[in-house]
Amino acid sequence: MSSGDFQGIITLILLIAFLGIIGWAYSRRRKQGFDEAANLPFANDDDELPNRDKPAASQDAAQSRQDKGDKNT
Amino acid sequence: MNTTLEHPTYNYKVVRQFAIMTVVWGIIGMTLGVIIASELVWPQLNLGLPWTSFGRLRPLHTNAVIFAFGGSALMGTSYYVVQRTCQTRLFSDKLAAFTFWGWQAVIVAAVVSLPLGYTTTKEYAELEWPINILIAVVWVTYAAVFLMTIKQRKTSHIYVANWFYAAFILTIAVLHIVNNAAIPVTPMYSTSIYAGAVDAMVQWWYGHNAVGFFLTAGFLGMMYYFVPKQAERPVYSYRLSIVHFWALIMVYMWAGPHHLHYTALPNWTQSLGMVLSIILLAPSWGGMINGMMTLSGAWHKLRTDPILRFLVVALSFYGMSTFEGPMMAVKTVNALSHYTDWTIGHVHAGALGWVAMITIGSMYHLIPRLFGRVQMHSVNLIAVHFWLATIGTVLYIASMWVNGIMQGLMWRAINPDGTLMYTFVEAVEASAPGYFVRLIGGLFWVTGMLIMAYNVYMTVKRREAVSEQPAPQAA
Repeated sequence: MSSGDFQGIITLILLIAFLGIIGWAYSRRRKQGFDEAANLPFANDDDELPNRDKPAASQDAAQSRQDKGDKNT
Repeated sequence: MNTTLEHPTYNYKVVRQFAIMTVVWGIIGMTLGVIIASELVWPQLNLGLPWTSFGRLRPLHTNAVIFAFGGSALMGTSYYVVQRTCQTRLFSDKLAAFTFWGWQAVIVAAVVSLPLGYTTTKEYAELEWPINILIAVVWVTYAAVFLMTIKQRKTSHIYVANWFYAAFILTIAVLHIVNNAAIPVTPMYSTSIYAGAVDAMVQWWYGHNAVGFFLTAGFLGMMYYFVPKQAERPVYSYRLSIVHFWALIMVYMWAGPHHLHYTALPNWTQSLGMVLSIILLAPSWGGMINGMMTLSGAWHKLRTDPILRFLVVALSFYGMSTFEGPMMAVKTVNALSHYTDWTIGHVHAGALGWVAMITIGSMYHLIPRLFGRVQMHSVNLIAVHFWLATIGTVLYIASMWVNGIMQGLMWRAINPDGTLMYTFVEAVEASAPGYFVRLIGGLFWVTGMLIMAYNVYMTVKRREAVSEQPAPQAA
């Protein structure tokens, strides 16, 4: 086998691996698991320390922190 | 440290330590950058002393910003993210503390040994062998703490940010150990076990993957946690993030030869490096788009939230420099750009625009939470810092583009009889205005970092005043 054949086979294997990853990532079966994983940063949203000081109710910035956006409501 | 700051589950102490040192090393590293930028404008500023000469301070600057500032940011945020997304405490508090103190010891050793002139001469791997052994020990400990924390996670999934952090940690361990394999000659002198073009190839396999895994994969881990958190919505496409991860780590490994175009490296290796560098555009932009689109439906937040502005502008610079990089890896472009200031500008588009901005955005999100505050002492000062950083970056990279293209054109210009049109020193002379503009850009950056330090100090101090009163019970 020439080195050209070898390089061709490696390229082919990597291409198949790449397409395999895409097929796996975008398969319907994985959707629920990935949705759960995507929300992991928002799990236990005690955000940080239990005894942190309270946001002032009048502050605009504090309100926008509560605005979870259309995806999360 | 005050016990009221302790989280019931997580180890925040080590994260706080790394977060504070990120700001401290950021100021020191960027100030060193301003000093050496000044030396290029006014050469007599090196004071005629060996310890303050450009050649010794420049590696100190790169080590301080990459490994001290960037390293502290990566280790701190990775410990924070892995605990919060795995919902478990760090594997070992003692080992985590060892990684903090060990890493600070490495940096202090660099601050002492580099000005004294101890260097392996390998770029971004200048430190001599005893320090390299300490780095290897600290890094393997860091890998153990991080991976064992993932192993004992309470969640079924491993969040994508942890994949990027894990790839960064493992790859840097391999790169560091292989590239620094050397035969010790004296306590502070060693020679590489590789020779000639092989040594050069190993060095740039290390060098480019330090960019790819330290400065990219690690900070992408940061991006995948802090952008969704600050935008308060999950990442645009989790599926894309998986394809992004595997494509990025498969391709980055092979791009190193583009640092050695038109050298003694075999020509086919140069071409391979070029082709894979061009392919790298696709996963890089996949990640950038994924981060940007996380904001879809929340773009209005950019108007009021300067932290989000930091994160989004970081992604824009990431997209810009990952377009510029593949372009400069093309051999014909490289023939013009290589060895000029264009390279320095490209590096800083990535280092200031992407790495530093995503870090600063993440720190402004992180620090109030670590110290029991809702937000930083002053949001307005974050906005001021944002504009200083953005203008500073633009001044820096624009002046280096101008200088770089000018130098490349002057070096290659020939008279009809085939002789060179310009001497080298004429190109240096013509670079002076660009060096001055670059210095101003650097001053913008250091000013911004000092404002950040004040803001962080006030945030931490206020908390200590509050926590002396009995803590109110959370509703």
